[in-house]
Amino acid sequence: MARKGDWVRIHNIVLEPDKRASHVPDDTKKCPLEMWVKGYLVNEEACIDDRVTVRTYIGREIEGTLIEVNPSYQHTFGDYIPELSYIGNQLRAILGGEDSE
Amino acid sequence: MSRKNEIMKKAVGIDYTEFEREGVVFDYEGMMKKTGYELNQVREIEKKTSVGDTPVYELKNLTKLARKIGGRGKGARIFLKDEAANPSGSFKARRAAVSVYHAKKLGYKGVVAATSGNYGAAVASQAAMQGLKCIIIQECYDSEGKGQPEIIEKARKCEAYGAEVIQLTVGPELFYTFLKVLDETGYFNASLYTPFGVAGIETLGYELATWFRENENKDPDVVVVTNAGGGNLTGTARGLLKSGATNTTIIGASVDLTGLHMASDNQFNKKSFTTGHTGFGVPFSTNPDRSDVPRSAARPLRYMDRYVTVSQGEVFYMTEAMAMIEGLERGPAGNTSVTAAFNLATQMDEDKIIVVQETEYTGAGKHVSAQLSFARENGISIEIGDPVNQVPGKNIILPKHPSLIKAKELDMMKLKKSYIKNLKTDKGFSDDEIKFIAEEIRLSEEEVKRIIEEM
Repeated sequence: MARKGDWVRIHNIVLEPDKRASHVPDDTKKCPLEMWVKGYLVNEEACIDDRVTVRTYIGREIEGTLIEVNPSYQHTFGDYIPELSYIGNQLRAILGGEDSE
Repeated sequence: MSRKNEIMKKAVGIDYTEFEREGVVFDYEGMMKKTGYELNQVREIEKKTSVGDTPVYELKNLTKLARKIGGRGKGARIFLKDEAANPSGSFKARRAAVSVYHAKKLGYKGVVAATSGNYGAAVASQAAMQGLKCIIIQECYDSEGKGQPEIIEKARKCEAYGAEVIQLTVGPELFYTFLKVLDETGYFNASLYTPFGVAGIETLGYELATWFRENENKDPDVVVVTNAGGGNLTGTARGLLKSGATNTTIIGASVDLTGLHMASDNQFNKKSFTTGHTGFGVPFSTNPDRSDVPRSAARPLRYMDRYVTVSQGEVFYMTEAMAMIEGLERGPAGNTSVTAAFNLATQMDEDKIIVVQETEYTGAGKHVSAQLSFARENGISIEIGDPVNQVPGKNIILPKHPSLIKAKELDMMKLKKSYIKNLKTDKGFSDDEIKFIAEEIRLSEEEVKRIIEEM
């Protein structure tokens, strides 16, 4: 349940697959053009999947389907990549060889 | 879409028809002069928000490595302009500073930019500094809602600066949303391709010329520029030329993503670079007016002497190298030109100077390990071997030795021919049009005529 003023994320379909531009590749044409935006909930209260209105950070009102309350960023530095581990020592060994200053 | 020109005119404050001449001809320098800013004005504008005057590093260990690989007498000195030191973490702050200043001067209440890259963060940062509202429109997700980590990071940064971020799935119809937003808000189109946007980068070329004269008593022999939409290369080259550095060779560099379709939903997340790659670099060089304004101020073929490509694995290797032997941890995309410069340096004489003209910030999402993890999740194999065997979308090959890093030369004549082909005129060209084309692609009028006859 989200209440008025909560920071939420909404979703919209901008174009259904049959409305997509003629020159897009076939795999893309099979999918709708979708859109996400965040803002403060304007409705008194709403549940996930309700159609709602939000006021974005700069004050524009946009309608959409409520999908997330207090949305957070989940991107990271990724996993440890063992394949990268040789690079530093390899270069230091080349530079530290007999010609080193 | 029928109101496209009307919306655009209102949103950039430029009547492009004023510069249109016969057929394919338009008055490029006239447009740059009348609607842009002079170099000294741009320097003043950028100074107001502490943009520019970024540090220059000599990459001494990378130079030493290039000398070991290049052999006797080879291995040019490699320098780097650390554009990550700009307020928003990339050279794009230069373009944004001028665009936002101009928007404010004309009385617009806000700015809109369609960009998934560093430019969004730059516009959002400048809008926050100069007190305008900001909307950034990104192509970010595939149809499964899986987002490019680098683009998600850019969204975070834009939101951190108080911008509204509209995120979309893959597809060129982003432009419809962009036009609709411009129409609804009446905000300024802070396009990357306006004269203001490109004038903003001329200071970078000026700063390079000035720094090298003061510190090395000469102009750089070569400047390597990561090339995507062409503005970085155009602006830097114009700045160098305006500063009198007429003998500096300008080399464009892009990550080779040949074979991946940029508008394909399936292939969107198969790439580890969202900018600085051939998917933008080649089409924007050979058809500059495909941008979001009627006439692009970014016209790289006017300034580019050579154009080289490097592979994703080579850039990741070099990003790691930059951190490990130069103590500079920077974003991978910005290191595209470092990778090219390293290989080019091994072929140049050791008394020459080669300059990498930008870096970008790094962080969650915009990092080698983030990108390689994402690649692996999307079925790309990560190998250590010879990058010559790379197939974009299938594998990423980290070079097993730095001597395997090779910048591949693109055929400039082929690009110039594509430019002419893209003009799509079936009635032939007048003398004025031939003269214009010759200026656009830096050939003689005779050479242009010969190419057209052969086509």
